[in-house]
Amino acid sequence: MAELNTGGDGGKGGKVRSKKSNPGVDLTAMVDLAFLLITFFMLTTTLSKPQSMPLAMPDKDPKNEPKDNTKIPEARMMTILIGKDNKLLWYMGKFETPTIAPTEAAYGKNSIRKDILKNTAIAKANTDKPEEEGLIVNIKASDVASYRNLVDILDEMAINKVQLYAIGDITPAEIDLLKQTGLY
Amino acid sequence: MAKVKISRKSTRIDMTAMCDVAFLLLSFFVMTATAKQPEPKPVDTPVSTVLDKLPEEGVATISVGDKQVFFTIPRAAREGTLSRMATKYNVTFTQEEIKKFVGMDGFGVPLNQLKGLLALSVNERNAPNMQKGIPYDSVGNQLGDWVEQAREAEKAVLDARIADGDETVKYKDLDIAIKGDAKEDYPTIKRIIDILQAQKKNKFYLVTGLRNEDF
Repeated sequence: MAELNTGGDGGKGGKVRSKKSNPGVDLTAMVDLAFLLITFFMLTTTLSKPQSMPLAMPDKDPKNEPKDNTKIPEARMMTILIGKDNKLLWYMGKFETPTIAPTEAAYGKNSIRKDILKNTAIAKANTDKPEEEGLIVNIKASDVASYRNLVDILDEMAINKVQLYAIGDITPAEIDLLKQTGLY
Repeated sequence: MAKVKISRKSTRIDMTAMCDVAFLLLSFFVMTATAKQPEPKPVDTPVSTVLDKLPEEGVATISVGDKQVFFTIPRAAREGTLSRMATKYNVTFTQEEIKKFVGMDGFGVPLNQLKGLLALSVNERNAPNMQKGIPYDSVGNQLGDWVEQAREAEKAVLDARIADGDETVKYKDLDIAIKGDAKEDYPTIKRIIDILQAQKKNKFYLVTGLRNEDF
């Protein structure tokens, strides 16, 4: 116990007895307070460190314009167009001749994630090396999209482990497509 | 019949050791905790599931909210950045102002208003609507200049440390983190990204919060 042994017994046959007060202090409240503060500091220190999402953009040098010689396998190419009101549109393949026509979707596990997983399976079926090559996603945000939408889609890429994705510039034709579907 | 004696033990526990440990941990956390610096523009970052932490050193942060842009330079590179900007824009800062700039975390004013901002106290500086953001349009792209000069200043700091024989220093380019408000519209962010890409800064970080709801 925390109490000190104040001894004092056994001097003169126990005749003179001073009143023994117990010098032990009740530490319960102190410990309570200490743990409360620990919890506070622990949570604030670890939670205040900001999370971050690394983002690498394709090199954009006006001097070496792309010479259009990189062949993009259309069967593995998915384009996501981010529209307004937290809605998006995606299609597979080329814009002019999509292998899967533009489909509207929402964010989250029940909508766009299912589509991405489905398209990943399609992409893997269309390649000789399904281990290394998967879906290629081109993210095109329109001017009405919010930053949250962009981060949500980038997050989706991380969740679904899409190896190859890039943020591209939206074309006027794609804006028209968004307008037709009422997403712009 | 013999009475069953229930020995009465004291229910009190010795808390000395527990108290010791608790206070040891408490002092540890108090000492390692860093006070949160006041920001001129608090932003509500979007959330993500990515658990990567931002590097602790050598990160310059661009905060974006309400189309206003604020810039935070790592402390070591602040003086160099300011002197480089001063030369570029032909402004002179006094020793006192340089000292204040080094002590200031984030800021968001055009360069010609920086002197006025440095004359204010910390509380006045971080008052809402006091700072209106750094110009970043194509006419007066001061943000691009700040980023460029900060990168050069950081490089100079690292070079000096390597020249001093500090072998723990590895050369790395200044990391840029974009701390955007979740409600910010995409063209603003796109403009920031374009500014960074114009100076061949193709890799950067997006600051996000931790997603806790079922996504």
